[in-house]
Amino acid sequence: MAVKFEKTGDGSYMLDVCGYVCPQPQMYTKKALQKLGVGDVLTVVFDNPSSGESIISMCESDGNDLFDQNNQNGTSSWKIRKGG
Amino acid sequence: MVEQTGMAGVVSERSPAVHKGARYAAAIVGAVAVGSVLALAADTRWIYLLVYVWFGLVYGLFLQYGRFCMASAVRDLFAVGVPRMAVGVLIAVALYSLTAAAVTVAGFSTFHPNAMGWHVLIGGAIFGFGIIFTGGCASSSLYKTGEGNLGALLVVVSISFSQAVMVAAGGWLNWFVPASWTESAIAKDMPEELAVTETWFDQFLAGHIWDLKSTTVAQMLGMQDPVIAAFVGNALLSAILPTAALLIALYYLAYRKGYLRRKGIQHAGLREDVRGIWSMFTSSRNTAIAGLGLGIFAGLQMWVTGALREHYRIFNFGELLADMGYTEGLSLQYTVFDPGYWYITTQEAQWGGWVLNKLGVENMNNIFFGLDNGLPNPLINAPGFMSIGIILGAAVLALTRREFKWKVPSLETATFAIVGGILMGIGARIAMGCNIGAFFATVTNGDLSGWVFLVGMAAGGYIGVRLFNWWIDWRASRNDELAL
Repeated sequence: MAVKFEKTGDGSYMLDVCGYVCPQPQMYTKKALQKLGVGDVLTVVFDNPSSGESIISMCESDGNDLFDQNNQNGTSSWKIRKGG
Repeated sequence: MVEQTGMAGVVSERSPAVHKGARYAAAIVGAVAVGSVLALAADTRWIYLLVYVWFGLVYGLFLQYGRFCMASAVRDLFAVGVPRMAVGVLIAVALYSLTAAAVTVAGFSTFHPNAMGWHVLIGGAIFGFGIIFTGGCASSSLYKTGEGNLGALLVVVSISFSQAVMVAAGGWLNWFVPASWTESAIAKDMPEELAVTETWFDQFLAGHIWDLKSTTVAQMLGMQDPVIAAFVGNALLSAILPTAALLIALYYLAYRKGYLRRKGIQHAGLREDVRGIWSMFTSSRNTAIAGLGLGIFAGLQMWVTGALREHYRIFNFGELLADMGYTEGLSLQYTVFDPGYWYITTQEAQWGGWVLNKLGVENMNNIFFGLDNGLPNPLINAPGFMSIGIILGAAVLALTRREFKWKVPSLETATFAIVGGILMGIGARIAMGCNIGAFFATVTNGDLSGWVFLVGMAAGGYIGVRLFNWWIDWRASRNDELAL
């Protein structure tokens, strides 16, 4: 089990932090977003529900667009478009 | 199969009429109900213990619903600049202080202020440092265990044993005991069954803590009228005004900039700032609702437990246990830990202490277990069942909300859980409570020592976050795949 951060296409990235608990998913998400360019999309895959709340607030305050929240069987896959 | 829900972009799995998680949730509630009936059939006096179980279940529901976590309150603020949980917890403090005042006026409060001193700041800092690494505070580790997070269970186990060792250990720990504590502890003339000069915690407790002052704002100001004392002194001055000041500070430091940018406001006046503060409040709504719910039910629990004590003509559950023929593990005063409301860490210390005792460790000759809290078998430990109730209540809601998932910790997470849990246990005993007993319950009842605990916790948390950040960067730099 390790954190996975990879480029999945043109302007799209994937961060997999499954198995990690607070505060790691939100901290890795913040760091990953710092690597992205404006308009790039990051898909975050995580399974620690309370991290989701932090990611929502973080996107709100940093001006990033959390436009898709897919939650299945305790695993979440959320898509964030980096704002300007 | 997935379906689109009402919220744009939010997708969750399609449910049959009743999904599997809901069935498991119903099974948990059913099992607790059947267990309760069986216990009452054996002896109706078990109702006293069952009250703890069912209130614990309700606390678990609220904690999971609001993701109520003091660790998150401190950590997310420093680590990712998110004030959401800090705001939620502070709103909860303000609301709970009103419930606590009502409980005090009604005459069934069981609250006692904590001693004020450096120990609160130091214990708070150690506790605050620990919670960054465990991923949760004492109560959130319980609710996260209910979400299937076995790392959180490891934190609970770690807190249990580190506290149990802390309160009964002597040896090199006695190097930290000044002679004045030893002399003062001896002068207390404790029962001869206790060996107060052998363990550091007894000397700390009897020789230092008991000599410190503990008071409430209402007592300090000499407020005589019980309603004014409770609502003005202990709720308004001790909880609501400091909370309001902190909320305004959080707004300016961590929320305002993002809010004004989202709204496209260039120059904000008072009106925009008031709207901004309201927006900050509403984004923390779930945590605040949880805090209010926890406050109301903690008040109700005090009332129900008080009524049962009156009914059975007892002051403490230990007397009832003795009546029922269970005398093993009772303290010298025939008492057990029986707070009558929301409490977390002491019963966990008893679990660890009981196991160590069964393994042959002599730990009933100290004040914490031997004189005050006892070491009852976990099967008859009423507040212990409240903690189990919290785990089950959280599991019920997590299963219902499809958020339950068994999570086995990695070696890294497990190490952090154990080491952080040990620090939390040490900090909680030095500060005489965790974020609930030493902060939440105190500041809401007029005891300002809780704010000192918060300052310590925030300082420890800040240092913890800096260290954790360094750790993540170091790890990332060694891992090309991650390359953050």
